[in-house]
Amino acid sequence: MEPVLFILFGAIAVGGAIMVVTRKHPMASALYLILTLFAVAALFVLRQAHFLAAIQVIVYAGAIVVLFIFVIMLINVPENKLPVERVTGMRLLGVIAAGLFILETALLARRFAMPAGPAADSGSVQAVGRALFTDYLLAFEITSVLLLAAVIGAITLAKKKI
Amino acid sequence: MEPSAYLLLSGILFGIGVVGVVVRKNALIILMSVEIMLNGVNVAFIAVGSHLGDATGSVFAFMVMTVAAAEAAVGLAILIAIFRLKETVDITELSVLKW
Amino acid sequence: MVSGVLDFLWLVPALPLLGVILNGAVALFAERPLLLAEESHAPAPYRKLVAFIGPAVVGGAFVVALLSMLELAARSAHDRLFVQVLFPWIEAGGFSAAAALQLDPLSSVMILVVTGVGFLIHVYSVGYMSHEKAFARYFVYLNLFTFAMLILVLGSNYLLMFVGWEGVGLCSYLLIGYWYEKKSASDAGKKAFIVNRIGDFGFILGLFLLFWTFGTVNYTEVFARIPLLSASGTLTPAIATAITLLFFLGAVGKSAQIPLYVWLPDAMEGPTPVSALIHAATMVTAGVYMVARSNALYLLSPVSMGVVAAVGAATAIFSATIGITQNDIKRVLAYSTVSQLGYMFLACGVGAFTAGIFHLMTHAFFKALLFLGSGSVIHALSGEQDMRKMGSLKKHLPITFTTMFIATLAIAGIPGLSGFFSKDEILWKAFSSVHGHLILWAIGTLAAGVTAFYMFRLVFMTFFGESRMEPQVEKHVHESPYSMTVPLMLLAVLSVVGGWVGIPAVLGGYNYFEAWLAPVFGHGAEGAAAHGGGHAPVALELGLMAGSVAVALCGIGLAWYLYRVRTGKPKEIAEAMPGLYDVVLNKYYVDEIYDILIVRRIRDGSVWLWQAFDAMFIDGIVNGVAAVVRGAGDAVRRLQTGMVGNYAFSLLLGAVFIVGYILIR
Repeated sequence: MEPVLFILFGAIAVGGAIMVVTRKHPMASALYLILTLFAVAALFVLRQAHFLAAIQVIVYAGAIVVLFIFVIMLINVPENKLPVERVTGMRLLGVIAAGLFILETALLARRFAMPAGPAADSGSVQAVGRALFTDYLLAFEITSVLLLAAVIGAITLAKKKI
Repeated sequence: MEPSAYLLLSGILFGIGVVGVVVRKNALIILMSVEIMLNGVNVAFIAVGSHLGDATGSVFAFMVMTVAAAEAAVGLAILIAIFRLKETVDITELSVLKW
Repeated sequence: MVSGVLDFLWLVPALPLLGVILNGAVALFAERPLLLAEESHAPAPYRKLVAFIGPAVVGGAFVVALLSMLELAARSAHDRLFVQVLFPWIEAGGFSAAAALQLDPLSSVMILVVTGVGFLIHVYSVGYMSHEKAFARYFVYLNLFTFAMLILVLGSNYLLMFVGWEGVGLCSYLLIGYWYEKKSASDAGKKAFIVNRIGDFGFILGLFLLFWTFGTVNYTEVFARIPLLSASGTLTPAIATAITLLFFLGAVGKSAQIPLYVWLPDAMEGPTPVSALIHAATMVTAGVYMVARSNALYLLSPVSMGVVAAVGAATAIFSATIGITQNDIKRVLAYSTVSQLGYMFLACGVGAFTAGIFHLMTHAFFKALLFLGSGSVIHALSGEQDMRKMGSLKKHLPITFTTMFIATLAIAGIPGLSGFFSKDEILWKAFSSVHGHLILWAIGTLAAGVTAFYMFRLVFMTFFGESRMEPQVEKHVHESPYSMTVPLMLLAVLSVVGGWVGIPAVLGGYNYFEAWLAPVFGHGAEGAAAHGGGHAPVALELGLMAGSVAVALCGIGLAWYLYRVRTGKPKEIAEAMPGLYDVVLNKYYVDEIYDILIVRRIRDGSVWLWQAFDAMFIDGIVNGVAAVVRGAGDAVRRLQTGMVGNYAFSLLLGAVFIVGYILIR
């Protein structure tokens, strides 16, 4: 069962991603981004990482993309003033390089065989919570400071007058 | 199943994100491509973490998400500030630091 | 009689050094501000201080030197070597050279000459330089010279000798160019220093070769190692020849022999006491001292001995011929000095080192006297140096005349005076020594005749006959003050009796001088004794002696004839052979030849190096490097497009390569 669902959601994710990258209007990109994020969340569920799947939907799709949409609407560049994308040599090279990179990743992935660990329930809320508040407590606290910094930074940068 | 397929998917997502960053001129699209890249990385973390039965994978993906949120916020704030100045989101017009 | 004085040997060089410091302080703090202020003012009180300190330190050094020599003499003949180490100067791996003073018969003679004659000249200078503004500066340099010369002769190793060697060269430059505002004087100073440098180059190379062969530069060690190294084959005659010839090159420069004598006539630009001290009595004799000190090395190389003798003889006659036409009183004496130095080297070259040092000493007496006397004449004539504008001075300057006449008799080799004994010994040894040759004797005798001629020409033109002085000069002519005439008188006495320490056995005397120096020149003495200090040559020796006196008398007679009897004849002769006369008058155009062949070539080479090599090639390289950097920068800066996309692309490229590298490994 799992391979089928994997292929399905994987295809959706990849397709959505390609659409994000190729749209002219940012709004279309944002909406496709939501699609991609949902597909990825489904993949998380497939791997029994329920907590992350939920967080993905709430934080990523629910907050970050919404923020994006706010900003797109705030900026409100008219259709005719949107940047015109041309195909240049540099860009073609970029695509090729990315393709190479993907190839390398694939080869790299094939090389590393991993032993299966205990079939533990490592993606559940309890497991993640426990890990978060014991082993990775410091990192957790620091991310809260990071978020504080981000908030202050964002407000300061976006103000009209400092 | 083997996590190598997930890793391949992660690589593909990452690659598409990279293409977006390199190729596109619209700053908003670039920021979204960064989000795609980060998602690709998350897929890899979760795949391997769940295969090994370690919560560390999830924890890390959590951290990545947090950072992605912070970065998106600040990046957009910067974008707004620049837009106020230059009335454009085209990054090719922002090449003041050139030779 | 005296004991413990030798421990104070260091005072001999130290006292003049003290003079330098004290006079230097006065010159810097008292005299210089006055000179810079350029007001005319009454003689300042510091002059009295300097006039006392300058001569006093040298006089003190003379006293110590005399007492040291007496203490040395009190020892037995084999024990006359005293070394006083001042401090261990250089200790570098296998090379050590201590700052040590060595007192032995040879250096004791030298320090007595330097400090004794030096003291008299210092006293004379007080009177002669009394009108000069930079009075203190003069004595600073003169004391410094004395210090350097004493280091030269007292040093116990070749390196310390070289320190003194360079020091006297420096002081020579400073003193020749004392009136540096005058271009000819500063040029002469430079010429002296540069020509000396050519010789020094030889000295240094000789020093290196010496160290390389012997492993040491200390006199006693070097000479002690000669038999051992000769036996083991390290010290081949070829190497000995090389070392000695290189050292001789240094002597040729310092002691003004052919071809490096050209600086000495020009050096007459300096004050006359300087000419007396440096260019007659002491500095120029440094080369002779060095050859004498190294006699053990020279005796190993017949080639070098031949070269030394030949150069000495050639210089003696060549320079004498120039002297007969010169009209500047000091120039005549300068060429005379060059010629007499040739005699000293001739002596060393035929193995008669004692005779060479003997002549060095007597020459110091009468040549210093001649120079100081000429200074007195110049001073009396308010600066006139051209002998054609002199005459009849013997009634105006009686003391100067008498003393100079005595000195002229001495230099001409009139029996009984010092010059006779020393010059004759040289000529006899040139004839009879193992290393001698008939030709050398013949040249020496001929030069003696020419010497007598031009010296008496000088005396006749200056002191006898009608006055040819300019009227305003004649009004002021006066005998010099006591500070100048007393040294003249003392030197005259020495010119007479100075030779009496070396009366040869053949005339019934005992050669004290030779006996005194025997420990240092043992070999020379052997050579003389070995080959028949015996009986047959007595008649020969007396005969040759009479011959040289006869030649001298001929020279005097010719001078009398041409300059007292038929005073118009010299002019007739000169007009009869204008070409020859011009060539000799212009010192055979040697300076001009050097200028064209050497000086101009070097200067052209330098100009080429400057304009072509430096400006185009070197600057081309330097500018080229800068241009390359700029070009590279020009190319590389285009990476900074300012566009984020490009930067992200390069990041991607880097990531691709790194991952690829990991894959391939």
